[in-house]
Amino acid sequence: MTEQPKLACRNIWKLYGPDAESYLEKHPDPTLEDIRAAGLIPAVRDANIDIRDGEIFVIMGLSGSGKSTLVRCLSRLIEPTAGALEFHGQDLRAMSEREMIEIRRHKLGMVFQHFALLPHLTVLQNVAFPLTVQGQKKAAAEMRAREVINLVGLEGRETYYPRELSGGQQQRVGIARSLAVEPELWFLDEPFSALDPLIRREMQDEFLRLQGMLKKTIVFITHDFDEAIRLADRIAIMKDGAVIQVATPEELVLHPATDYVEEFTRHIPRAKVMSVGAIMERGAQGSGAGISQTAKIADIAAQVVAAQTPLAVADDRGQIVGAITREAVISVLVEQGT
Amino acid sequence: MRVSRSSLLWIGLFTVTWMLASYGKSMATAADMKWLIKYPNAWVFPLKDTISDMMRWLVEDAHFGLFTFTEATRALSWLIEQPYNFVRALFSDGFDRRIGRDAVQIVPPLSWIAVLAGVIALGHYAKDWVLAGIVGASFAYLAVFGQWESAMVTLASVMIAVPIGVGGGLMFGILAYRHPLFERLMTPVLDLMQTIPIFAYLVPILFMFGFGPVSALVATVIYAMPPMVRITTMALKAVDPEIKDFGVMTGCTTRQMTWRILVPAAQQSLMVGVNQVIMLSLNMVIIASMIGAGGLGFDVLSALRRLDIGGGFEAGIAIVILAIAIDRLSQAFAERSTMYVPTNSGTSFVARNPRTVIVGVILVIAMGLGQIIPFFQTYPEGQTLTTGAFWSDAVKYLNINYFDQFEAVKIFFLKGFMLPIKRFFLGVPWPWMIAMIVLIGWRFGGWKLALMNGLMAVFIVTTGLWAKAMITVYLCGASVIIASVIGIPFGVLAAVNKRAGRIIGVVIDTLQTLPSFVYLIPVVMLFRIGDFTAMIAIVLYALAPAVRYTEHGVGSVSADLIEAGVVSGCTRMQILTRIRLPLALPDILLGVNQTIMLALSMLVITALVGTRDLGQEVYIALTKADTGRGIVAGLGIAFIAIIADRVIPASARNARIRYGLEGGHD
Repeated sequence: MTEQPKLACRNIWKLYGPDAESYLEKHPDPTLEDIRAAGLIPAVRDANIDIRDGEIFVIMGLSGSGKSTLVRCLSRLIEPTAGALEFHGQDLRAMSEREMIEIRRHKLGMVFQHFALLPHLTVLQNVAFPLTVQGQKKAAAEMRAREVINLVGLEGRETYYPRELSGGQQQRVGIARSLAVEPELWFLDEPFSALDPLIRREMQDEFLRLQGMLKKTIVFITHDFDEAIRLADRIAIMKDGAVIQVATPEELVLHPATDYVEEFTRHIPRAKVMSVGAIMERGAQGSGAGISQTAKIADIAAQVVAAQTPLAVADDRGQIVGAITREAVISVLVEQGT
Repeated sequence: MRVSRSSLLWIGLFTVTWMLASYGKSMATAADMKWLIKYPNAWVFPLKDTISDMMRWLVEDAHFGLFTFTEATRALSWLIEQPYNFVRALFSDGFDRRIGRDAVQIVPPLSWIAVLAGVIALGHYAKDWVLAGIVGASFAYLAVFGQWESAMVTLASVMIAVPIGVGGGLMFGILAYRHPLFERLMTPVLDLMQTIPIFAYLVPILFMFGFGPVSALVATVIYAMPPMVRITTMALKAVDPEIKDFGVMTGCTTRQMTWRILVPAAQQSLMVGVNQVIMLSLNMVIIASMIGAGGLGFDVLSALRRLDIGGGFEAGIAIVILAIAIDRLSQAFAERSTMYVPTNSGTSFVARNPRTVIVGVILVIAMGLGQIIPFFQTYPEGQTLTTGAFWSDAVKYLNINYFDQFEAVKIFFLKGFMLPIKRFFLGVPWPWMIAMIVLIGWRFGGWKLALMNGLMAVFIVTTGLWAKAMITVYLCGASVIIASVIGIPFGVLAAVNKRAGRIIGVVIDTLQTLPSFVYLIPVVMLFRIGDFTAMIAIVLYALAPAVRYTEHGVGSVSADLIEAGVVSGCTRMQILTRIRLPLALPDILLGVNQTIMLALSMLVITALVGTRDLGQEVYIALTKADTGRGIVAGLGIAFIAIIADRVIPASARNARIRYGLEGGHD
């Protein structure tokens, strides 16, 4: 990949405790034990990630793994102890307070776990808030706010106060509010964790629908591996403050880097993450017009199993590149039970 | 075994102290070391004279380059006076124009009917017709019982003091939130402001601003502002960190962050502060009248001086009623601000503001008619009711028929309870007492608390106030014991039995809204002046927190633990004594702590009924306008309060750590 990442984060450290900075200068690459022995609390250790234009980048980790701290370091809500941040090739950490305010006002948006709606403002005022902070006129701000409110399906609720809405609706307001300024980079910090499972599922669909329309660059935090698999283009898995693997969902499931990662992937149905390309016979002949090689096996399984002969597989350009057999599909489907 | 050993040590120390209290005096006399009991006058450091001299210098000679100190205070005084005069003229005096010597009223004050209509409309606007009814009835009471004019003067000063107190408190609170260094400087100042009895700073205020309403306003603001500062800082800190993150992520500047995110998000807690400022301002009404505030406070004070029980009671009740009305109104406004209110914009002004229009119309009609028929301007004096005679007669009747009984009760308590405590505190040699105070500080709070306790105790001794301080401690201690003995069981009852809880809640609420002076009046009438009278007044005033905290502590023991008790077969009594009470102990201790604070603040007021403690010292200083004497004695009371205020929460924290309710740092 030669394409410049939207946001690059290089060797980001965040240690809590007295004199954390000078400690890191003296000990450039301490282990977890070293840091703890020095009486410091490691929140993020040597994180390196690139967020590419237009992707959904999920950071997954259990509570205490440092994922929330990392995402706050990315937006400089928390000042990292060491490391570099590049946004569009600009050094984010060198920016003054004033420049940061400008970037945050126009280029960044964030959705919070507990919604962080302002209790004294109505839905409309909440959504218009970031625009009025920029100094936009009330009428223009409210017009734009109505647009995004319609986008998230909350029309008719403009004059409600947050407390009068359900959790799912409140988070829709949070999403609308963060989208009002048309951010280039969209942070979502466990946006659906505080919702009950059914609503969560619905909101994930809604989120994918929005992303289908808007094509934002997204950093999405979650502790739910299923959610990560479902939404992510790429996933970074964190443990004890360190990023232990960055990969697509399929790679994670097929080639977990450590036992820890494997533990997460174990119960994930293979058919849902593996694509046709991974099990097709390259160069073999098959019938049919050609299934896309990026399709998930779960989606085409019925079709392949019902067919008498292997089906042809096509690449992105529609060129036939191989075939997929019934046996191969069945073995993936059967394996998931174990 | 360590526990029992250390408690043995404490029992031993207490026994030694008791022995010293009983026999120390004769021993010291025998050994010709009387200085052990009575701190010699020759060793007293003349701090009060130094302070008085400084004050004199400040007022008479101090220069800040372009202007003198006095000019500065005059300017400030002028600034406060303008809005006050306006509001007072509006509600009570009317607007005058001086022509030669005569003052000619050009505009009369607001008609009582218009004010009544105004507050009813406010009540309806803030909540509903019930509130409108309560507020309306309160103001109608003021008119019917002939308290209208005084009440309006009081209302005017509250209306000026509250915005200044709230605004100032908000500013200082925000500063303290933004700059931790400022907060660190501010905290001890606030501690002192809240623990020094008000009387102590009345004297310097009197010096700077002279006798009059401005002095009273300044004193009121100083008294009422500290809680607002604290609540502001606390409320801003308590704003959900996600909301703060949201503010930063939206690109708020510091100013936007403060005024558009933090303050609105903290609004509900801040309204608690506003309510506090209002209540404290009303609390100050009587005391402020000692340095020139007129109104209801002045009526109470002069009635008290005349021993006119009926008059004092009526004016006192009027203060309470005014307080209740304003309190309810402000609480309703606090709740209203986050309610969904459908807006009917687009219609005419009249349709959007029906109340404003109605009140406006009533105002014009009442003022117009008032020019012709006086009834519409001021409530006719001939129509007022009075209950004063009834109260006076009731007390007279009790005194004539039950004098012996009252006397017996008084003597029983004095001899059996109060005098032994008094002898104990006055008997212990001061060096030993200081050592004990330091030791207790060390036990609960480490060497820092020990050092602080030591320094404060030494201050009290070296300024020659030891004996008076011990009388203060004795009076306060005796009152707190009685208040706890009464209050804690009631608190338990309130927590265990819902219906009893409601009744007790109402009684305690009433006790708390009564201005402290009001307690004095009937007690003085029944028991005449002296320590016992003071004690009863203090107990009544300081009872509330003992009940409240106990109720909260007992009531908030986790349901799981109680179920665990029930499952293991505890009887109700066992659940109370083995589970609820031990777990509520830290809360109960904090309640006792608050009781001590209230008792100390009441002490100065009880000086009016002839106690011989630090409170009396402060009161004498006020009547003689002796700045140094007042401040030193005030500091003495503050230091006693601070020692209690540090030691008891520290021990409560110990208890919490022991029960695992709070993490320790070991």
